[in-house]
Amino acid sequence: MNIPLNIDYQQILLHWMNLAILTGGLYFLLFKPVKQFMQKREAYYKDLDAQADAKLAEAEQIKAEYQAKLNGAAEEIHQARAKAQQAIQQSTEEQLAQAQTQAAQIVAQARAEAEHSRERALRESQRELKELAAEATRKLALQSDPFEQFLDLTEDGHEKR
Amino acid sequence: MKEHRKGLVIWAVVVLLLLTGALLAGPQDRSESVQEAMRDAVLHDLNRVSLFGLKEVNPGLISAFAVTAFLLIAAALVRMFVIPRFQYAPGKVQLILEEVVGLFDHMAKSNSPHRFGALGAYIFSAGAFIFTGTLFELLGIQVITVHGGPITLPAPLSDVNAAIALGVLSYLFIMSGGFAGNGVRGIGKTLKEFSLPISMSFRLFGALLSGLLVTELVYYYVSLSFVLPVVVGVLFTLLHALIQTYVLTMLTALYYGEVSE
Repeated sequence: MNIPLNIDYQQILLHWMNLAILTGGLYFLLFKPVKQFMQKREAYYKDLDAQADAKLAEAEQIKAEYQAKLNGAAEEIHQARAKAQQAIQQSTEEQLAQAQTQAAQIVAQARAEAEHSRERALRESQRELKELAAEATRKLALQSDPFEQFLDLTEDGHEKR
Repeated sequence: MKEHRKGLVIWAVVVLLLLTGALLAGPQDRSESVQEAMRDAVLHDLNRVSLFGLKEVNPGLISAFAVTAFLLIAAALVRMFVIPRFQYAPGKVQLILEEVVGLFDHMAKSNSPHRFGALGAYIFSAGAFIFTGTLFELLGIQVITVHGGPITLPAPLSDVNAAIALGVLSYLFIMSGGFAGNGVRGIGKTLKEFSLPISMSFRLFGALLSGLLVTELVYYYVSLSFVLPVVVGVLFTLLHALIQTYVLTMLTALYYGEVSE
């Protein structure tokens, strides 16, 4: 069969063989080693990048831990201060209550003492009055004019006071 | 400064002498007309070369073998002397190698993110073959045809057999990606793009052939062989080497990603 354009199957097959040799040869001699090296370098830089990221993450974690500790310390200080204030408040209140109790006791005691003194003074006054009355009665009984006697008696009473 | 000027004068005189000599010498008795030269550049049916005495083949096949040998020797030298000295902070040679490998690897990854291992290796070698093969014609290496006349080795892909081989191989590779990714459905998806091997093959063949024809035409006439080849020979060749490398590798990666998704 006469194929136009001088197309020759045998030569096409020879070209294929040539291209197959070229493709295989270039792949093993050039393409694969260069690509492998590029991948190796990429992996190396990715590894460096990952290491840097890990270190950064570690630093961030440490920072967060210290921040948490710092926040905890502040909270602790706040709690301690609140506790101290509460204790002071409680102590003050206790002292106040105690002072109030003592004051109440003192007042009650003073009142009791005052009452007692008043009663004693009253009793003494009553007793003195009784004595005066008895004296006056006795004197009245002894005197003739009871009215003058009474006046004398009152004057005596005033003088005595 | 004086020595510099003297050198320039000598260079200009040499160029003028060569030009005059070439024009005075006139055209040789040619064994073929321009029509025959053009026809042979397209079909390669006259000036065939013997492949180790086994078979008469198109010169494009010899070019393809030469390009492969050159690339493999260069790769072996790089593997032995350059790659073991790679550093994490790359030097110039390492940077170029990494850039080239990275370019095709990235192209494979971005177009076929789910399956790109073999694709990267394939488009790397196809790209290296197209680029180096296209620039190969600039070397102007001569071989002897079976008729005993000399012939300059053309770019491998200006031979329709090489273009068909690469286009169909790329299509089969895309189909293998479809099968690996989606089984029989992947093959069906690839078969839907039945025009792909033809378009890939003839795009390569057409692009390379047009460059070859223009170069043939320019070199056929001695009077056109000054200054003009710098533009049509070197710059155009460099430009379509880059374009064809990009187009075929990009299309292969794109369709591979599509059918293997």
